[in-house]
Parts: sequence; structure tokens; C-alpha cells
Amino acid sequence: MSQLKDIIYNCKKATSLIERKQIGRLTLREHVELRIHLAFCSVCRIFRRQSIAINRMVKILFNDAQERGTKLDDAFKKSLQERIEDKLNKNGKNL
Amino acid sequence: MGISFMTPNNSNNGSMLKDTIAVDPLQWVAKYADYLFTYAVTRLNDDEQARDLVQETFLAALERLDRFEGKSSERTWLTAILKNKIVDVYRKKSSGLSGMTAHLDGEEEQDFFDNVTGHWKTVHSPRVFGIEDPGQLDKKEFTRILQQCMQKLPALWLSVFTMKHMDDAPTENICTELKVTPSNFWVIIHRAKLSLRACLQKNWI
Repeated sequence: MSQLKDIIYNCKKATSLIERKQIGRLTLREHVELRIHLAFCSVCRIFRRQSIAINRMVKILFNDAQERGTKLDDAFKKSLQERIEDKLNKNGKNL
Repeated sequence: MGISFMTPNNSNNGSMLKDTIAVDPLQWVAKYADYLFTYAVTRLNDDEQARDLVQETFLAALERLDRFEGKSSERTWLTAILKNKIVDVYRKKSSGLSGMTAHLDGEEEQDFFDNVTGHWKTVHSPRVFGIEDPGQLDKKEFTRILQQCMQKLPALWLSVFTMKHMDDAPTENICTELKVTPSNFWVIIHRAKLSLRACLQKNWI
């Protein structure tokens, strides 16, 4: 009985299982424990929804930034272009 | 991913048309600088460092032009070089700090759970605050706060978190590259999410 109580109360463990489940694998036992915990714990159910939402948002950060048109400034690009041309010229002479 | 943005010559992925996939460094800045910068800045959240890495990437690529085989697109090749440089930065940032004891910037390490029962402490309990349905979100604003909150994570945590969640890197690779044990990896993944979520709840109105 105390084992069941441990499963139901242990949000620390449950949240760690929630994380592992999203990117790895749970053992059958862990899987069952998590299901039992979530059935009883509404707070961890909220945590799970938010955790999944956060992972999804992190995945699209990069695409999002691209769409927003994150850009290097022109001055920096110009100097970069010059450095590349410079280097190509030098390499050319060495060949 | 995102190959559909590529120029037409990307459709040649064989070696038959080798001349059309030849590298052209003179076009790099115009074609890839913004892309690479965005790639770096979303992973490092540091404009200046991202700029430096873009520059280093181009210069490193010039050094090994002969090793570009045309098997992948120019962009993929350059991105791979940049990726390695980002991991180098992660490694540098997180070594020296013992990641597990590193505290959150300016904030005390919070213990989210009651030591005896393992239950959430009431103050730290997750509440519904509007991010549960990403469809409904003001994405721009959320992204901004998300990035700010990620920045508050200790360097090693952020590195592990980003490599896993943004880049889907295999866990073994992350452990090897950042020198963390598998069990520490899971502790970090867990703590990072707890901290990040708490930060979002605090800052998202």
C-alpha cells in the first residue's frame, strides 16, 4: 500500500518520467507508475501539457526566427565578403 | 530539413552533375549568411557570438574547400561546420562549471518538491497559464519570453537542452560531447524543464 502511496505522491519522479517519456523510453513498470500517478494528480497533468507545449515551441524557434527574417547587418556582411575574397585571392596565389 | 528553400541546383544529389554543385564561396555571404546567423543565434542567444561563428564557419570552409564533395548541398555542408563550432562553444561554456551545482542566474536553486512526500510545493505548483494550447498563443511574444527563460538556464543545462530539443541529437552523442554521464543527462533534462516552465509561468501574463 505504501508503494502505491509513493507513486501517487511522488511528483518529482512523475515529472522526471514525463520528460523521459518524451525523448526516450520508459520501462513497462515506469509506464504503469506514470499512468497511475497522472490519474490521481491534476497538477502533474498540467505539467505534462505544458512540457509538451514547450518542447513543441522550442522545436520551431529556428523556423520562426527565419520567418521573422533575423538578419546579419549589411556592414558585417560586406566585411565578411571582403575577407572571403581576400582569402580566395591569397589561396589562388599559393596554388 | 527545410531543403525546399534551396536553389534549383540542389536537386542534383548524385555526382553525375558535379560541375553544377561546385562550391562558389563568392556567393556564400549573399546566400547563406542570414541563414547561418539565424541558426547560431537561436542556439546561442548571443548576437555577437553568432556573428563570430558565421565568420569562422566561412573561413574554416575556405580552408577545406577541397573536402567538399558535393554529396550534400553547400548549405548543409556549411551548417555542419557551424554546428560543430556551436558544440565547441557549449563545451567551453559548460566546462569549469560543475553543471549540477550551477545555480540559476541570480535566483536560488529552487526545490520544487517537498522533500518528504515528493509532492509539488504549493508555491511552485504548475497552474494553467495559457501555453497549454500552442494554437492559441501569441507566438512572437511567447518565443521572446521562451528565449529569455532559456538564457537563464546554467550553461550546461542549456547546452544539453538545446542539443536534445532543438537538434534531436542522440543522447549518447550529447553525453560524449558535453562529458556528462547518462544519469546526469536525465537529471539535467528534468531540472532544465522544471526551471524553464517555472520561469515561463512567472513571466507569461
